[in-house]
Amino acid sequence: MSSSHGEIRNFGGGDFKVVGTRPIRHDGTDKVTGRAVYGGDTRLPGLLYGQILRSPHAHARIRSIDTSKAAALPGVKSVVTAADLPPTGRDEMVDLGEGPARLKFMRDNILATDKALYRGHAVAGVAATSLHIAEEALSLIEVDYEVLPPVVTVLEAMKEDAPLLHEDLTTMELGEDSGTKSNTASHMQHSLGDAERGMADAHLTAVFEVHTASVHQGYIEPQNATAEWSPDGRLTIWTSTQGAFTAQRQLGAILGLPVARVKVVPQEIGGGFGGKIPVYLEPVAALLSRRTGRPVKLVMTRADVFEGTGPTPGSYIRVKMGVDSSGKLVAADAYIAFESGGYPGSPVFAAAMCVFACYDIPNCLVNFYDVVVNKPRSFAYRAPGSTHVAFAVEKVMDELAANLGVDALELRIQNAAAEGTRRSDGIVYPRIGCKECLEVARDHDHFKAPLGGPNRGRGVAIGYWFNIGFKSSVTASVNNDGSVNLVEGSTDIGGTRTSIAMQFAETLGLAAEDINPSVGDTSSIGYTDVTGGSRVTYATGWAAYEAAQDVKAQMLKRVAMVWEVEEDEVEYADGKFRHKTDASKSLNFKELAGKMGDTGGPVVGNGSVDPAAGVGGSFCVNIVDLEVDPETGKVDILRYTVIQDAGKAIHPSYVEGQMQGGSVQGIGWGLNEEYFYTDEGRMANSSFLDYRIPTTLDLPMIDTVIVEVPNPGHPFGVRGVGEASIAPPPAAISCAIKNAVGVQLCVLPMRPDRILAALDDARAQEPVAAG
Amino acid sequence: MPTVWIPSLMQKLTGGVEQVTVTGATVRQIIDELEAAYPGFRSRLVNEEEDRLRPDVAVAVEGEISNEGMRRKVGASSEVNFLPAMSGG
Repeated sequence: MSSSHGEIRNFGGGDFKVVGTRPIRHDGTDKVTGRAVYGGDTRLPGLLYGQILRSPHAHARIRSIDTSKAAALPGVKSVVTAADLPPTGRDEMVDLGEGPARLKFMRDNILATDKALYRGHAVAGVAATSLHIAEEALSLIEVDYEVLPPVVTVLEAMKEDAPLLHEDLTTMELGEDSGTKSNTASHMQHSLGDAERGMADAHLTAVFEVHTASVHQGYIEPQNATAEWSPDGRLTIWTSTQGAFTAQRQLGAILGLPVARVKVVPQEIGGGFGGKIPVYLEPVAALLSRRTGRPVKLVMTRADVFEGTGPTPGSYIRVKMGVDSSGKLVAADAYIAFESGGYPGSPVFAAAMCVFACYDIPNCLVNFYDVVVNKPRSFAYRAPGSTHVAFAVEKVMDELAANLGVDALELRIQNAAAEGTRRSDGIVYPRIGCKECLEVARDHDHFKAPLGGPNRGRGVAIGYWFNIGFKSSVTASVNNDGSVNLVEGSTDIGGTRTSIAMQFAETLGLAAEDINPSVGDTSSIGYTDVTGGSRVTYATGWAAYEAAQDVKAQMLKRVAMVWEVEEDEVEYADGKFRHKTDASKSLNFKELAGKMGDTGGPVVGNGSVDPAAGVGGSFCVNIVDLEVDPETGKVDILRYTVIQDAGKAIHPSYVEGQMQGGSVQGIGWGLNEEYFYTDEGRMANSSFLDYRIPTTLDLPMIDTVIVEVPNPGHPFGVRGVGEASIAPPPAAISCAIKNAVGVQLCVLPMRPDRILAALDDARAQEPVAAG
Repeated sequence: MPTVWIPSLMQKLTGGVEQVTVTGATVRQIIDELEAAYPGFRSRLVNEEEDRLRPDVAVAVEGEISNEGMRRKVGASSEVNFLPAMSGG
């Protein structure tokens, strides 16, 4: 049922005055009136306009690049290629703040050196006095390619006779080099108990093989970057990024610059979902600016975004699970192979952490592979890897339930992971909300409502994301009217300015409206890791809590000075300072702020955290009702409910927004979205006209239930909610299609033609009635 | 003493043993102890040039993936897991 606010189910935690309310977002007016400044709005005196030449081939050796004709075109100020980047060692690594990367690969992905590894791979950059001149110059750059056979699917790439993308790439197995040249960059394994024996002893087993397509994050704002390299060798970048400091580190490493000479100014961001952690245009804009002595701006087209930035990988996954006669899961086995794109580094490691994370299974074996293919280098996309594996595991769970003759949701509840469960990667859970989410789903009226028609089905699935902590910084400056300017280092993608400000306000007993939050650049705030991994409300919120404690401690000194008493005689609660024994002495925060000038000057509080413990994972359950048109194969979503553990919802509307947004992306992934490749490795649908993301016309209101099982590792119980919601939708939809029309869909997306083919197969196998 | 779960791909170094208890108050000391007992262990986990965990390796102590690497302190009853390094979104 649609409603303005979703339901909240609380399973413990404290009482708060600001946390848990729904104030108007601080940046709301600027966003809705168009005053917010995005990267594309950047204008500087003397600005030049850049364009990128991209490889038309999916796999080709670059014999030579001749830029002389382009450079001679009137209006062209500079042309750069990979030869303009400083050289790097083969094995030099760089820490990106959310995981390490090999610098050589990162650099080659910015501008190709010896090989183009996917169609759309950047080869050269041009700066000119107008965009059209730059575009014309691209056509004058002569690249001599030796076209090579491409390989664009993971199973083809893993074959022994597959074309090799990197002649020197060998398979690594946790620090051991196989020495065998291969497209498989790494093979890893998790093992718990004895999966082979557990499977042999199982009463019943089920197995599914699934294939998933590459899909893009689909952010509306394309990548953009404006660079200004000053005469004294300092570089300033204005860009749309999920992490200014991470961009700064990448730029320093790629350009061979100390980070002290690189300033990154994060502009407002029109979506990222993991795709705006890596840099693409920034180093090229910087090179062009250095060469010309003028600022240079680069903006991607939509086709550039699809073909030149990192989608989430396509995959092949095989999952087998076994139960005993009571329905208890006793063994699980997974084979997970991810396409990393042109360079190693897919999120298959995260997939392996998540694959059996929702269940308590004593015997597990997980083999996982990172495989290069001739596609754009894959990067993170909301709960990277978790959607892939949830699709396979949840299909198996439904099949086991059907064969056992029990309800599929009850089977999940029976086997739900809980505090103390050891995951297949060896990690033991603290307090989690997995079972609570499943039980809320079972008790929800959606789960009990009649479906009301033929060809309709209901599906349920659960997914998980572990969330991350990492480093965050916040600075709070108290104004003499009692308001507070709060500078934080996290790019605000989902309303986090406000959720961070609310945690600051709660700690000091102030109102959210008294706080003026802003996002700082790399010169104005302490180091802060990326906005990703569902970490900002958790970690940067925690930094705000620490900054508020710092302010409180300083203000207590000021009160003691004003009253001429000792500090330990003063207490602070609900926004008021009181003398512990003299009721006549009382000052509120604003009154005291007005006395800053004659009690020691400005009060500036700082908070920085790097949580070594306490990160809480989040589980998400989906219930979906849908109808399949047996004539066309089209699926209509009739009703959709998302149930997710938030720990504590700081601003419930933003939590609901994350739950709804993640689910809609998961629905698109399940039904419509894919990189559609030709045999030559060319993406055939690199526009939003042909790459079909869901719109409001495709979907009903997504209902939400926030489950609050507080995270004991955070001052307010926060877990982080940005990602788990994208994990279950394809699985839930596939299970619902099976329940609606009886066919198993194991390839994503579940397009109408695939559903029709499955229906045709099913009809062909039906026995012919005797006439 | 801390308990170390040996990654399955490294269990051939320990003769198939899945868990071992070792002395050590830090991850570094634990790795040194494992190297002494099972030669070859250290090179699989440590980048010797930089004296830190290899970039594709993470360590979890008491269920929490640590960002302190080899300096991470380990309690007498701690459980230690070595895992592939991860990334998020």
